[in-house]
Amino acid sequence: MNPMALWKKLTDKYGFPKVCISLMLAIFFIGAFMQKQDVAAMLADSTVRIAMNGILVLAMVPSIVSGTGLNFGLSLGIITGLLAGCIAIELDMRGMSAFLWAVVMSIPLSAIMGYAYGWILNKVKGDEMTVGTYLGFSVVSLMSIGWLLLPFKSPEMIWAIGGAGLRTTIALSGRYAKVLDDLFAIPFFGSKLPTGAVLFFALFCLLMWLFLKSKTGVAMAAAGDNPKFAAASGINVNRQRMIGTVISTVLGGIGMLVYAQSFGFLQLYQAPLMMPFAATAAVLIGGASARKATIAHVVSGTILFQALLTVSLPVINAAMNVGNLSEIIRIIVSNGVILYALTKVGGGH
Amino acid sequence: MDAGFLLELRNIEKEYFGNRVLKGVTLNVKPGEIHALVGENGAGKSTLMNILFGMPVIYATGGIKGQVVFDGKPVEIKSPKAALDLGIGMVHQEFMLLPGFTITENIKLNREITKHNPISRIMGDSLKSLDVPAMRKDAQKALQTLGMNVDDWLPIAGLPVGYMQFVEIAREIDKENIKLLVFDEPTAVLAESEADKLLDAMKKLAARGIAILFITHRLDEVLAVANSITVLRDGEKVGFMTQEEATIEKIAEMMVGRKIERITTTAKEAADNEEIALSIRNLTVTMPGEMVKNISLDIKKGEVLGLGGLAGQGKIGIANGIMGLYPSTGEVYKGKEKLALNSPRTAIENKLAFVSEDRRGVGLLLDTSIEYNIAMTAMQIRGKFLKSFLGIQAIQMADDKRIRAHALQMIKDLDIRCTGPTQITRRLSGGNQQKVCVARALTMEPEILFVSEPTRGIDIGAKKLVLDLIVKLNRELGMTVVVTSSELGELRSICDRIAIVYEGRIETVLSPLASDLDYGLAMAGKYSTREEAV
Repeated sequence: MNPMALWKKLTDKYGFPKVCISLMLAIFFIGAFMQKQDVAAMLADSTVRIAMNGILVLAMVPSIVSGTGLNFGLSLGIITGLLAGCIAIELDMRGMSAFLWAVVMSIPLSAIMGYAYGWILNKVKGDEMTVGTYLGFSVVSLMSIGWLLLPFKSPEMIWAIGGAGLRTTIALSGRYAKVLDDLFAIPFFGSKLPTGAVLFFALFCLLMWLFLKSKTGVAMAAAGDNPKFAAASGINVNRQRMIGTVISTVLGGIGMLVYAQSFGFLQLYQAPLMMPFAATAAVLIGGASARKATIAHVVSGTILFQALLTVSLPVINAAMNVGNLSEIIRIIVSNGVILYALTKVGGGH
Repeated sequence: MDAGFLLELRNIEKEYFGNRVLKGVTLNVKPGEIHALVGENGAGKSTLMNILFGMPVIYATGGIKGQVVFDGKPVEIKSPKAALDLGIGMVHQEFMLLPGFTITENIKLNREITKHNPISRIMGDSLKSLDVPAMRKDAQKALQTLGMNVDDWLPIAGLPVGYMQFVEIAREIDKENIKLLVFDEPTAVLAESEADKLLDAMKKLAARGIAILFITHRLDEVLAVANSITVLRDGEKVGFMTQEEATIEKIAEMMVGRKIERITTTAKEAADNEEIALSIRNLTVTMPGEMVKNISLDIKKGEVLGLGGLAGQGKIGIANGIMGLYPSTGEVYKGKEKLALNSPRTAIENKLAFVSEDRRGVGLLLDTSIEYNIAMTAMQIRGKFLKSFLGIQAIQMADDKRIRAHALQMIKDLDIRCTGPTQITRRLSGGNQQKVCVARALTMEPEILFVSEPTRGIDIGAKKLVLDLIVKLNRELGMTVVVTSSELGELRSICDRIAIVYEGRIETVLSPLASDLDYGLAMAGKYSTREEAV
């Protein structure tokens, strides 16, 4: 088979972004070997990043499947996750129980937030992605005031001088940093593989897979594929979209907590602003579109995207030591992928 | 060759992808003549008009055979611009007007009268200013020709529909070289008095020497104004008559023609069964383009009822209204039970099922597998194909094994040609998609099955299969079937009774063996008036 035919076959089967990113990743890995970098550490780091971002990416599935498109308003769920994380510290909880309680507390908060979000999305059918993006931006800005005003008292979290309002970055060391990553961690050539976090991600993938096979999940997929068909089959389309949005927001909250425990900090204020974009980029690289997404898209997309980011940084820095070039590459890749995907959606209609 | 003809179409043939829609049509129009073109939907009228206007769709699909002679010269009309240059004008069924512009501006759009100003003398013609008084004078002249007294500086938005129609016509006759005007069902949207005014205007135009080609379904209008009449049926010219020879009966009979082959030889006994399966009272359905106005109809148990009529008269709206897809008012009783309207769920729960005319829009999940398409509605409403999750009753999971088995059975029973039950329905041919829709309806085990336009967009072989299937469901499973179709022949071949819908009302209910004349009159809305006269 000649190279052009092979290229066409691959891009037809896996989609253009997936093939391109895979190639880039392969080139970076070869580069890393040639530069004699610590490839094992890179792999371990990649695994950490995959596990820490996975659930945020998974949150895209219910929103896409229910027909509201990519959830650019995921920052809403991220904020409720952060809030739950702060409450766990305020209650002076520590370790795994602090993390799990934060997860449990985030669920009702996210559900309420998701319900309000879903209500708005049902009013703006056809423009969910645009409205979601700006709604996310608005709520992030609004919560920037909220973080200052919320009556948290824990000295670990409030500004040291003055004593009112939460800090921009709250360290989780001594609280629940790395509780999942260190759970059943496996040594790997001097690094550690975060078994617990990977298992946690896998558990949620399994739950999502089961949900999509349930009666409600099937109805949701029908509402997303063809709302007219669903309505004619007696399925309440708005309700299915609402369910999809609520689940997506809840997963956003949980995903944020997983991210935070791995990262070791809660980042408030403007930090959640751009997080949905990384998640959308990952699921799109995995081969999803604004109308179709599967667990396989999530897993493969997260692996490719996060591995690329992890590997590209040291390789590019070693090749051309110019400031933050790798960061620029990361922004070009993630925004480029989103742009590409949106051109394929036809404006969300 | 008669040099007196303005337009001669000689033996026009046209194929769309191997489907012959025009089979050698000949049409001659004299200057100053009103020539009516009548025929059922799909008779080839629109294709003929598209040819006359050089619409891109004609030449994108391989062009035509035959000859077009205009004003004594053979011409090839390859673009709408060419048609305009020849002096052929069109009055569209849907208005092509800019609502925010005044009447004059609309009439003169893109043909504005301009004059020089100091800037345009330097910068070129595109900056010339409009000569508004001259434009208004022209517009007034055109409007007066049509016998219309209205301020030409009013905006279009807010004018009565009838006026808009006149503005369209005024725009056409304002073109200096206009020789032939085509009216495509101009009276469809007009009230009776407005329609009369329009017909008067047409006569005036004809008196000025402009030839008019008049397409309509309203036979009395044809008789009132047309000098000559051509009847098309199935892409063939089946008749030509002059005003003197024509009668409504004659036109009606020609339009319908005998083209039925009954699959079942007699109207079935069930037609005499008086048990009512579904009773419709005062049903009004707001479905754009297919309005149903206050219909009452009884559907007998075990019959195949046809709903026929021309496009846009409302036959499609009936099933859509009962199934809750479009807002409706009135009462529908199944047996003694009154069904709530505007709720697809209630309709499905009461064992009604619907195969939509809009197959790709409503009937299918195009990116979902065949098996899930078939099982979806039954699963959601009937609770079929479900199993509990690890014994927890509250969590209902799709039972893939049973879904697969059922889909395989349906694929076999209905002979759905596919690569397997997991193929997505977008990749199937029209006929097989239709079978998937039917399979989904059957999976709900309905007592009453509504099938709309079952053979639309399906090739001839598959058509027969789908119709046979409907008959089989009725005869073997005793299912009550309501078939809505634009193809009268199809209805007459399978139905026990046929209700003809005209302007949102039931014109009459006919036996499939009734005469072509009766059908022609009923479709043209003349059946009841004639009955009264007799």
